[in-house]
Formats: sequence, C-alpha cells, structure tokens
Amino acid sequence: MEFLAEIVISVLLVAAGIFGLVGSIGLIKLPDTMTRLHAPTKATTLGVGGVLIASMLYFWIFKATLSWHELLITMFLLLTAPITANFIAKAHLHRFGKESDLPDTKTDRGWATFEDEAKEMQPVMTRVTPPAQAPSDH
Amino acid sequence: MIHYALIFAFGCFGLGLLFNLYRIFVAPGVVDRVLALDTMVINIIALLVLYGISTHSGVYFEAALLFAMTGFVSTVAYCKFILRGDIIE
Repeated sequence: MEFLAEIVISVLLVAAGIFGLVGSIGLIKLPDTMTRLHAPTKATTLGVGGVLIASMLYFWIFKATLSWHELLITMFLLLTAPITANFIAKAHLHRFGKESDLPDTKTDRGWATFEDEAKEMQPVMTRVTPPAQAPSDH
Repeated sequence: MIHYALIFAFGCFGLGLLFNLYRIFVAPGVVDRVLALDTMVINIIALLVLYGISTHSGVYFEAALLFAMTGFVSTVAYCKFILRGDIIE
C-alpha cells in the first residue's frame, strides 16, 4: 500500500514539475503577449495543483494528518488564475490594442475595454445627482 | 523514490523561476513584466510546498497561502494601475 502511494506521489511530483517548467519556457519562447498569456496561466497553475495534491497525499498517508490547507490553496489558485489572465489581457489591450483589430461584438455595445475611451465617462462617485435642497424656513 | 521526484520537481521549478527572472529583465512591455511576476509567485508557492514535503513540516502551507493571496492582489493592483492610472478611485 505504501509502495503504491509512493509511486502515485512521485508521478504527481514529476508531472507537476514538467508542467511548471513548460509554463515558464512558454513565457520565454512564445512570440507575442497574447499567446504568452496562455503558458503561465494554464500550465503553471496545473503544475502547482499537482504539487499541492501530492503534498496532501503525502501528509495523509505517511504522517496520518489530513490537512485541508492544500485544497484551500489549490482552490484559490484555480479561482484567481483566470481573473488575473483577464486583467492582464485587458491591460495589454488598453496599452497596445486597437478596437479596429478586434472582431465585431454583434451587439449594439462595443468592447467594454474601449468603452470609456469612446465616450469619456464620469467617475462613479460624482455621477450621482445631488438631492434637491429642501427649502429652509430661515 | 519520493526523494528523487522531489529533487526533480525542485530543479524544474527553480529553472522556471530563472526563466521568469530573465523575462522580467528582458521584456517588450510592462504587461509582460506583470505576467512574469505573477508566474514567479506561482512558482515560489510550488517551491514552498515542495520544501514543506522535504522537511515533513506543515508550517509552510500558511506561507504558501499568504503568497497566493498577496500575489493575486498585487497583480490585480498592477493591472488596475495600468488600466486607470489609479488603484482605488
């Protein structure tokens, strides 16, 4: 049983290492920013997930302590990786992209990233109209 | 067997960290630097967890959790700064 667990944990660790390395190589090798965004956000996140699950199995089987920290970290990373990727893509479009390069949205609204450049929107805090002054008796 | 797999994973993630450092120094734009920093945080989380396995101690998970949270918040703050010129409007 322990031998089988050792094999599973070793395979998980090796696969996670290869995925992490592929993600970092992709960050160097791929040609432009939008393609470079794919490598770290997918491959490296999967690699870290593999390491964390291997750690969880190791402490569960060899130390007899089931800890939920690893699952928490895995969940957190898997939830936040798409959000950071979306933010980085938005920042890239904001700095270097042009709306004419992007495909049509097929709706009456344009791309949300370029919306506030098209019509200079007011900040949210000052958009509220002040309440009408009540007439005072003085 | 786990010992050799640990050494292999340490080598992979360490090499990945070096690649990320190279990308931070040689990058075509500021967005690539933010992306490289985000990847660096993820690789450091992996190294922390691997070190926790190799020393049989569970102390490093708290450190990894803190790294995950501050890494996410800092990446979002950087991107917000690039997008709006301000972090909290």
